Amino acid sequence: MFLINCPYCGERDQQEFKAGGEAHIERPKQPTELSDDEWAEYLFMRKNIKGVQFERWNHAHGCRKWFNMVRDTSNDEIKAIYKMGEKPPSQ
Amino acid sequence: MTKNLRVKSSEYIDETNRISFKFNGKTYHGFKGDTLASALLANDVHLVGRSFKYHRPRGIMTSGSEEPNAIVQINPGTNRTEPNVRATEVEIYEGLEASSQNCWPSVEFDIGGINNFLSPFFPAGFYYKTFMWPASFWEKYEFFIRHSAGLGKSPTSRDPDIYDHRNIHCDVLVVGAGISGILAAKNAAKNNFKTLLVDEKNELGGSTVYENNEFNKIDNKTPSEWLKKEIEELKNIKNLEIKTRTSVAAYHQYNYLLARENLTDHLEAKDKTNKIRQRLLKIRAKKVILATGALERPLIFNNNDRPGIMLSSAIKKYSEFYGVACGSKNVFFTNNDSAYESAMSLYNKGINVEAIIDIREQSESKIVKKVKEAGIKIYWSHSIVDTTGYKRLNSISIMKLSNDGTSVTGSKISISCDCLGVAGGWTPAVHLYTQSGSKLKFDEEKKVFLPNQNTSEQISVGSCGGDFKIDEIIKNLNQKLKDTLNINETDLDSIKVEIDQENSKRNIWLLPSDKPLGKTKPFVDYQNDATAKDIKLALREGFRSIEHVKRYTTTGMGTDQGKLGNMHALGIIADTAGVKMGELGTTTFRPPYTPLTFGTIVGRNVGKFFDIFRRTPMNDWHVENKAEFENVGQWKRAWYYPINGETMHQAVQRESRAARESAGILDASTLGKIDIQGSDASEFLNRVYTNAWSKLAIGKCRYGLMLNEDGMVYDDGVTTRLSENHYIMTTTTGGAANVLGKLEDYLQTEWPELDVYLTSVTDHYATASLCGPNSKKILKKIIPDLDLSDENFPHMSFKESKIGNIQCRIMRISFTGEHSYEINVQASYGKDLWEKCIEAGQEFNITPYGTETMHLLRAEKGFIIVGQDTDGTMTPIDLQMDWIVSKKKYDFIGKRSLYRSDTMREDRKQLVGLLTDDPNIILEEGAQIVSELNQSPVEMLGHVTSSYFSPNLKKSIALAVVRGGKDMMGKKLFVPMENKNINVTVANPVFYDEKNERLNA
Ligand SMILES: [Zn+2]
Repeated sequence: MFLINCPYCGERDQQEFKAGGEAHIERPKQPTELSDDEWAEYLFMRKNIKGVQFERWNHAHGCRKWFNMVRDTSNDEIKAIYKMGEKPPSQ
Repeated sequence: MTKNLRVKSSEYIDETNRISFKFNGKTYHGFKGDTLASALLANDVHLVGRSFKYHRPRGIMTSGSEEPNAIVQINPGTNRTEPNVRATEVEIYEGLEASSQNCWPSVEFDIGGINNFLSPFFPAGFYYKTFMWPASFWEKYEFFIRHSAGLGKSPTSRDPDIYDHRNIHCDVLVVGAGISGILAAKNAAKNNFKTLLVDEKNELGGSTVYENNEFNKIDNKTPSEWLKKEIEELKNIKNLEIKTRTSVAAYHQYNYLLARENLTDHLEAKDKTNKIRQRLLKIRAKKVILATGALERPLIFNNNDRPGIMLSSAIKKYSEFYGVACGSKNVFFTNNDSAYESAMSLYNKGINVEAIIDIREQSESKIVKKVKEAGIKIYWSHSIVDTTGYKRLNSISIMKLSNDGTSVTGSKISISCDCLGVAGGWTPAVHLYTQSGSKLKFDEEKKVFLPNQNTSEQISVGSCGGDFKIDEIIKNLNQKLKDTLNINETDLDSIKVEIDQENSKRNIWLLPSDKPLGKTKPFVDYQNDATAKDIKLALREGFRSIEHVKRYTTTGMGTDQGKLGNMHALGIIADTAGVKMGELGTTTFRPPYTPLTFGTIVGRNVGKFFDIFRRTPMNDWHVENKAEFENVGQWKRAWYYPINGETMHQAVQRESRAARESAGILDASTLGKIDIQGSDASEFLNRVYTNAWSKLAIGKCRYGLMLNEDGMVYDDGVTTRLSENHYIMTTTTGGAANVLGKLEDYLQTEWPELDVYLTSVTDHYATASLCGPNSKKILKKIIPDLDLSDENFPHMSFKESKIGNIQCRIMRISFTGEHSYEINVQASYGKDLWEKCIEAGQEFNITPYGTETMHLLRAEKGFIIVGQDTDGTMTPIDLQMDWIVSKKKYDFIGKRSLYRSDTMREDRKQLVGLLTDDPNIILEEGAQIVSELNQSPVEMLGHVTSSYFSPNLKKSIALAVVRGGKDMMGKKLFVPMENKNINVTVANPVFYDEKNERLNA
């Protein structure tokens, strides 16, 4: 059970949060211009890395805010947390 | 005639408090402070169970939670019965009953014992090899296996006890209250760290508290004497909370630990009532100090499992702590000095110690000299090659070990004995450490796995960290405490320790016998009956991974998770495969460390709290009017209102007719409601719904369909524009929370530039849906001032009004196809509103209807229910709802996916109506639909999603999804059922009032 430092509320138990998959996948601004393959890339293709991964998390049972997390999936170490729209920390 | 083996009074046993208890139906006596195991041993009872596979007689092996054999059923036949309890952990109380498990008809005569003689036919993987073929026989095999195996019986009646959960946040958690844990907790608390000390036993002090070896001294006192003084001092320390009878079950990441605090298990039945039995502690600690100690290892030799064969350390504990001798003629078998302490403990109490068999060549320590002086015979370089005694050990045979330890030589000596203490060294209890995700490293010299790489703020101190001697323990503990707590001085700086130095050890994982291995039974895992032979067989058959060997041989797979034998299994694998143990890796220790009761896990979340539910403000009225309820999401919704003994079908038919003929009323409070405000609210709705929203006038309502980005229907509902920048959206009852979550996600992450604010107001409003041709007249009675004319208040519009003093929002919208109004008031006025409607509707025979009638009425109109007629694979096009998908809008969630090659396929499953040729046959929801009856295998075209008998149409109607159904209008299909094939015809899904004339009736 992680202890997650919500950038708006501070440290809270993992059960207040919801994981939201890979971060920094931007919804295409002009979906209709995309080929089936390009759209499928956005829609379906997600990384599943053993190691450092950039993820979206939501403080669902708290402030409801979404934020980003850098997590090492091999040992669940949370390496960084930053707000939506902020640049990811350099690796 | 039972013997009394109580040999010495102990301060931990209250001999003034005599307790009677029953074991296997026979009454015995013990004292307050005894465990079931110590009390049985005091009565000279060793035989307590049968092993799992061979049903071999087994006795008490240990004095703690690592016990593999003495697994009993507590209070059999009562509602407090509990299986798989370790007799070594049960504190006795007046009236306690316990019985052996895994034996029939009794532990003394067990039919399954025949397996022991058949054992050549029960090799490793026997169950896999034998019972897997032919597959159809498995059920029969399983019946016999279940009857002859099995570990205890679950209670069959309701658990009478109360369980609880508690969250604890502390600076320092110390697990284990042996000498290391006590000193760690004391120094942490003294330095202002909020400290919690837990121990699974009822007394603090671990094994040091009965450590009376005269050659070990702390500040010139025996360790026992010195530690008792330290324990006494704990009482006066602030910041320190101590919990005994509390066992840490799991150590998760980020220093989150679960512990079970046992509060009443040691009490008599009359004192258990109305008290919390067990409490699950959910502990979040800034720092964790593991002081979990070490477990003594047995030795692996032929027939090493007979009742009377025990761990040497357990014999010492029974003697020193409980004042019980485990035998009258004792022998020890050892590879280190610790057995000599146990031997001296017995000798000092006048108990006969026949001999010590030592696989080492010699030892010069003081304690060994003392044993020699006592005249106890020591056999150096000897090993036990066999034992005898079926239900109780009666002799051992020993032979001289070869220099390399792989064989025995010379002549066999037989020694008669009734108790054998085995001492194979110590295994640090690193279970919790590895559960935390931290990594171990094998120490090839000490032959133990030790903590190596920590993943959280933690330290392992004392013997679980690899320090076994008091001087090492104190020295290393002191340094670790200073480092982890960041302090400069501790109480430990001034402690003076003298100890007896052990000077030799010899480790042999599998001890040889004069017989070939195939003819011997050297047990590695006692509970699961896995022998060294089985492990070697697995290796010969090609198993290499330790995890595979473990599963194939079942080593370490019992309720004890192989706490005693895992290291030997690894050692034997390493020796056989010719690799170093460190290269093999270790198996994963999984929570819980010791089993937890279900009660502890669920705590207070039982009965009506098992799954929380929500009730609408009108709920009391529904209950008073005998509604039947159904669960929708977490809501309890009125399902139908039977009167005069109606069946559900009869009630629903009556309610459905009434709603169309005169007036009906539905409690629609559970619909999700989201308040949407902001200058970009219209643009936002444009992006999330498939249809256009920018031109919706203030005061108007519109139905919207929401897709997932993959183009599949996600939710639907009516949204009303209350003012320029203010909307109220309704969602499905079950989808409310997810819709809000999804909308927030898009707002915060994709469109942060939009000025939009979302608030869930589902619970803030109560909603009564008034429907039917007389609904207008009823509303007029309630709100005489409101102009209800179609001109002023047309279908799909909204009015703000007042019922008396109660502010209300009225939407003229319809889910039944009838003229209807949804009246929303502040939740606390919900019941009042409802009763006003019912009262005003009396003269029109207003009929309350539930969710079932609502479903029927909307099915007559071909309105979908998301989640019933859709399943996450249906696009709006599949639902024949092309009309709601805007062609003009540049983008909305899911739009692009509607043009993917897969979503544009003509042969997707599409929503259609189905009519049975016989109008009285009602299809089953979920029934499959086919076009050919004589095809094999038959092609499934789709299934029925909604099906009812329509009282208004006087025939059965159904909605279904059918492959290519859109182009099948009028086509004859079949619904094959168990006993008959039902003929059906594809129809328009709008069965009733296709022109929507009733909306304005
Ligand atoms: Zn937050």
